[in-house]
Formats: sequence, structure tokens, C-alpha cells
Amino acid sequence: MFLEIQRVTKNFGDVSVLKDINLALKKGTILGLVGENGAGKSTLMNILGGIHQPSSGKIIFEDKSFTPTSPSDSLRAGISLVHQELNLFYNLSINENLHITGFPHKKVGGLSILDQKTARIKTERLLSAVGLDIDPTAIVGDLSSAQKQLVEIAKALSTSPRLIIFDEPKTSLTKYEADNLFRLIQELKSQQTTIIYISHNLDDVIQLGDQISVLRDGVLVNTYNREDKIGTSQLINDMIGRELNHFYPIRNTKPEEETIFQTNGIYAKGLLNDITFELKKKEVLGLYGLVGAGRSEMVRALYGLDALDGGSISWKNEEVLHPTPANWVRKKVALLTEDRGEDGLLPDDTMEKNIALASLPTYSKNPGSIVNWRELKKNILKTVQATKIKYHSLTDQSVKLLSGGNQQKVILSKWLLTEPELLIIDEPTRGIDIGAKYDIYDLINKLVENGMSVLMVSSEIEELIGMCDRILVMKQGTISNEFKKQDFNRSAILEAALHTSE
Amino acid sequence: MRKNALFYLCLIYYLVAALLVPGFFSANNSWSLIFNLLPLLIAAIGQMYVILTGGIDLSATAIMATSSVVGGYIMSSDYGLNIPLSPLVLVVGVAAMLAIGMLIGLINGLSVSILGMPAFMVTLATMIFFNGLAVWITGSQNIYNLPEAFNNLFYTSVLWLPIPIWIGAIVLLLGFFILNKTVLGQWIYAVGMNGKTARVSGIHVGATTVFAYVFSGFCVSMAAILYTSRLETASPVMGQNILLDIIGAVIIGGSSLYGGKGKIHMTTLGAVFIILLDNSLNLMGLSYFMIMIIKGAVIVSAVLLNEWKQKSTV
Repeated sequence: MFLEIQRVTKNFGDVSVLKDINLALKKGTILGLVGENGAGKSTLMNILGGIHQPSSGKIIFEDKSFTPTSPSDSLRAGISLVHQELNLFYNLSINENLHITGFPHKKVGGLSILDQKTARIKTERLLSAVGLDIDPTAIVGDLSSAQKQLVEIAKALSTSPRLIIFDEPKTSLTKYEADNLFRLIQELKSQQTTIIYISHNLDDVIQLGDQISVLRDGVLVNTYNREDKIGTSQLINDMIGRELNHFYPIRNTKPEEETIFQTNGIYAKGLLNDITFELKKKEVLGLYGLVGAGRSEMVRALYGLDALDGGSISWKNEEVLHPTPANWVRKKVALLTEDRGEDGLLPDDTMEKNIALASLPTYSKNPGSIVNWRELKKNILKTVQATKIKYHSLTDQSVKLLSGGNQQKVILSKWLLTEPELLIIDEPTRGIDIGAKYDIYDLINKLVENGMSVLMVSSEIEELIGMCDRILVMKQGTISNEFKKQDFNRSAILEAALHTSE
Repeated sequence: MRKNALFYLCLIYYLVAALLVPGFFSANNSWSLIFNLLPLLIAAIGQMYVILTGGIDLSATAIMATSSVVGGYIMSSDYGLNIPLSPLVLVVGVAAMLAIGMLIGLINGLSVSILGMPAFMVTLATMIFFNGLAVWITGSQNIYNLPEAFNNLFYTSVLWLPIPIWIGAIVLLLGFFILNKTVLGQWIYAVGMNGKTARVSGIHVGATTVFAYVFSGFCVSMAAILYTSRLETASPVMGQNILLDIIGAVIIGGSSLYGGKGKIHMTTLGAVFIILLDNSLNLMGLSYFMIMIIKGAVIVSAVLLNEWKQKSTV
């Protein structure tokens, strides 16, 4: 065997993202790897790439035990990754990017200097291999996203690897370039290079893969060979797997007729296109899409965190001309962002300060006057009880020491204290334990029963099916499908998100 | 204990100096300590506001010089404004000094928040610009003959205490009040702690940042008023050597240069420590340059200590 992954497990804190993975790969074959968002595909690849180390288990690569502790270890061993997010230096030329880990040298009078000629010849060879006909001195930042992706692939080839891992390599390629890429992959295979191809595009995976493995919730649920001749529906079933249990609490109210939030033709260059939808009072509206579909980008733009280039937003039948976070907070619209550490918490501050943050103006006449901390503290205490946070002290413990679930509850408490009428919540339960998940679902239901509306963005279909009245599916920056509650069906929703029109 | 370490350090230093340094423990030197402390403390409080937002105000001493010169031109009998009534000239002069400081602060604040320029670069530029301006318009000459009442600020008492002590107390209380009691104060901390979170939470990040720089400009001009009165001279090179003292007081007080962390009473202790150090070393007869070397070393140690504290709490 060329590569053997034996009983590999990976935990991040209390959360285990890979459980007991076993996988074997012959030299010169292609493995297709599929799974839902967060199933553990990228983590598995990052382990091979030396970015993460497994918590237990071992890897045999070319008959030797393989324990990379850094990306350069993996590169040296002959493993290259083509990342989904491009890892290029936009300020440097293609030539410089391709030699970033080791520019060829030559000696001139005892002095070691860069060997531009050798470098250039190699760059030209690599570019023609990926079918990119462009001047090697072009600055990467000036290239189109498809060209950048091809440069990224050329970079992976530059070390003459024996194993190449592609993670969603053709998301921004045109049909022609994609065909070229597939030809290249077949050619590499014929030269005995082994390939792991990760994609949401199941047709591609079936077309390329000599072997196809499905990951779900960190578990390798099935591996098929080309001879099995399986179809996309079988793969989708494997990806979703488990039955929807009765984990989600019941909500006792239905959406009302009144529309409280509406967008019309929202547009942001290169990100969002013609997004139109409405949200009813007491409705929980779900927003599903794969990574890169533009879900978070959309809610951030609506909230005024990123720029909008067109379209209109209305709140309670009035157009919102200046959608800024400060204005939304005043209108009692809250946004819980997807990344807690990035823009959700004041990590070094106490729970009290974190929770008070968005409500301070409500507890004083104007920014220059005294904050009514007595009243504020009383209400913080009430909110904290409602969200069931486990903590030692409100005023003497920085929130970064809390668990992920409790941190999420702190942010939720911050917004509940503002008494929102609309809660936009991006990945409400990412990376948190099951108990906290239930608490959050339960709380959302209670709030909705009391009149709140929710826009819930999630990459977990189950969560949306369990919680929402209606689900919108986003793809390539636009809303492609809408599912009503009676039509909720995991495979249909996933298929709607996966399917490409080309 | 760790919380009060700086207080005890100041206390012990004071006691040791009182015992060992001749002339330290005297009425004369005690007044000198207080009068030296006041302007530094006031400027450091302003600086701390800026540092709390995650910025830095290198233009502090340039503001001081500009403010001093502007006040001098208005109030000195050598120059042309000739406002007849002495109380009025005082009011106009002092108001103009504060206004110019706040204006430069506004320029700093807007450049940082709206244009998104790095605070370090912006205030370095305004520092050079206004240092140059102050020297250029005065032809590098001091301005004398300020009104008697202005020069006597330190010798005029209201309710048994000299006016500068009242000014210091008021700025100190104002700084404390805004930071600890008002929404604005909470915003300043939040902006420095995590600007992105602050923005998502509906905080006016830009306006908060601008306020910090304007407040720093206000404080520094206040300090310029005290220095100008004490020297009985408006000087275009005023405060040129105390920029490090101002920033040092904030840092010795334990504020984080990354923003979001710092307390008024700690900055006060930081200023006290610098003044004790400066004063005692002076009395020991060390040269000006030797004192600079020691102060530099102390401030670097404080930064190191802060870094170490930061890491050990992660």
C-alpha cells in the first residue's frame, strides 16, 4: 500500500472531529472524498498536510511511519495540498509564488545568488502543465480567480509530489479550464502520482475516483470502488445518514401574516446576486448553502458589516437607507456572527461587560451620561438565567476561559438583553456540545413564541429542518431554492445546494 | 498583592529616597514633586484614553508646544491682540490653547478612524508638523510678558489649595468618570479590546476613537497651560523631552499597548513613579543624560513585564 491511515482520531478540545478513520490507497490511484460541511474532510487532509497532528492512530506512507509536525515535513515527504482557500502571495509574481519555499541558487564568484533563469524555465514548464498561458512575471493579485486557482495547482506540482490532495479545486474554473484540470489529473495518474480529490460535486468525484470514501460527522461511513458503479443518490444518503431524531424541541406557534423584514435585489459585486426574500413575524427562516455559497456574506452585508452595491432592505415596511450595525441594534435587530472569537466576544473581558455591550445606550440617557449599572446588572442576571450559562463569576472571569457552548450563550445573552425582534444567527451551534445545543434551540423557540423572528444560517441541514418554518438554499451568491416545511427533505435540500447548472 | 505592587513600589521608593537622598524630604521638594506631577499626570490620562482604543498619540508634546505658543501670542503684551481687560485676555487665551489642542486631536482622530491610517504614522506626522510649525512661526523665540494673573496660577489658592491642584483633580475625576461611569467609557474599552466585536454590537467605533484623540488633545493642552504658567514663558519647544514620560507613565501603570486594558489609578501611580525617579535622580546629581538612560531602561522593563503578564494569563 502507498498510503495507509490507521485508526486516526482527532479531537479539538472536547469535540472530536475525526473518529477512528481507516483508509488505504494504492499508488497511482485517485481517491474521491465526499462529506457534508464539517464532516471532517479538511481536517483529515490537514493531518496529511502536516497542519494538524492526529490525537491517536498512525499513518503509513510509502511503507514508513509518517508523523509530520509541520507543512514542510509533508512537502519534503512528497505530499502537496491544493487548498480550497488559495494560499498565494498576491503581491508577488507567479514565478516568485511558485518558488516561495526554495528559489534556485547559483554561485557567482563565491556568492550565492538567485538563479532567475532556472526558476523561469521551471515556472514555464509548470504553467504549461496546468494549461495556463501567461507571463510568469505577472503579479498574482492581478489574475482572475480561475487563473489564481491554476497557479495554486502549479505550485502544488512544483515539488514533484507523489501524493497530491485537491480540496474543491474547480470552484472558480470555467468548463474549459475544468476539462483541462481533469486531463491533468489523468496524466498525473498515468505517471503514478496518487491523488485525493475532495469535492461537493458528486458527478466529478464519481467520474474521477478509482475509490470513493464518504465521511459523516468524523466517521468514515463507506468506501466504494469504481466497480461498484454507485450513483449520486447513494452518496447523498451516506453523507446524511442518521435519522432525524426528536432532538429538536417543539415550537407551539406558527408564523404570522405580517412581513417584518424584506430584501429586494440585494447585490454585492462578485459575492451576492439579486437576493430577494421576506421574513414573517414569529417565523424561523433557515438559510442553507455549502461553504462559499455566500450565506455569511449575505447576512453580514445586510447588517452593514460589508459593502452592498445595490438592492433595498426594508424593516417593518420602511426602507432602511443606512443599514449599519448601530442602526440595526436601535431597530432591535441582532446579528450573532459565525466566528465567536473574531467578532463575537471581548475575549479578555468579563461576562458582565460582554453581555452589557450592545445594550449600554438603553441604560443611559446618552453616551456621555451615567450607565444605570444597577438596573443593567439585574437584567443581565435574568438573561444569564434564561440562557443557562454555567459560570463562576459575572465580574471576575474572562470569557475566553468559558467553554465554546457557554461562550455562545454569552453572545446570545448579549443580544437577548437588547430584546431583539429579529435575531439573525449564523451557525448557532457550531463547535458546541449537545447540551448547550439543546438549550439554545429551546431558548430560540421560547423567544419566537413570544414574538421574535429568526433568520438562521447553518451548514447543518438537520438543524435547519428541526428548527425552521421555511428554508432558503443559497448557491453561488444567490438564492436558488425555497423549501416549505411540508417539503423538507434532506436529500432534496442537499441536492439543491450541490447541483451546479453547468 | 500583585494588584497593589506598583503602589508599594512607589511607597518604598519614596521612603528610601526620603532616607537616602539629601533634600528629597523637604517642604520645598514636596511642592516641586506635586507641581511636576500635575502636568505629566494630566497628559498621561489623555494618552491613556488613546492607548485604550489600541492607538498611540505621539503628537502629545507637539500639541503642547503649539498650544503654548498660541496662548502666548494671544496673552503676551508683546504681541498685537491687545485685548484690554486682563480677565478677558486670560479667558480667550486659555480657551484658545484648549481649542487648538482639541483641533489637532480631531485631526489625529479623523485620520485614524475615517481614513484608516495607523495611529503611529498619523501622530508621528502631526508631531513633526506641529513641532515644526511652532518653531517656525515663533522664529524659535520664546514668548514672554504673559499676564501676571496667568503667571501666578501656581501661587494662587482657591479653598486653601493652589489652582493647578484643582485643575489636576478635576481632570483626574473627569477622566475617571468618563471611563468608568459612562457608556462612552465602556465603548473605549470595547473598541480597544476587540474593534470588530464592538462594531457588530452597534458601537460607534469611529466616533469613540475620535473622542479619545480629542480628549488627549484637551488634556495635553491643559498640561501646556500649567507648564506655560510655571515657566512664565510660552515656548515652541515645550515638553520636547517628556513624550516618553507621558507614554511611560501609562505603560508603567500596566495599560496594554494592544488596547482595551488600563486603569486611571494605575496610570496615576505610573506618573507618580516617573516623577519620583526623575526628582530623586536629579537630587543625586546625576546628569540629564544618565537620567534618560535610567528612565528608558525602567520603561522598557515595564513593557517587558506587561508582555509577560499578557502571556501568562492566556
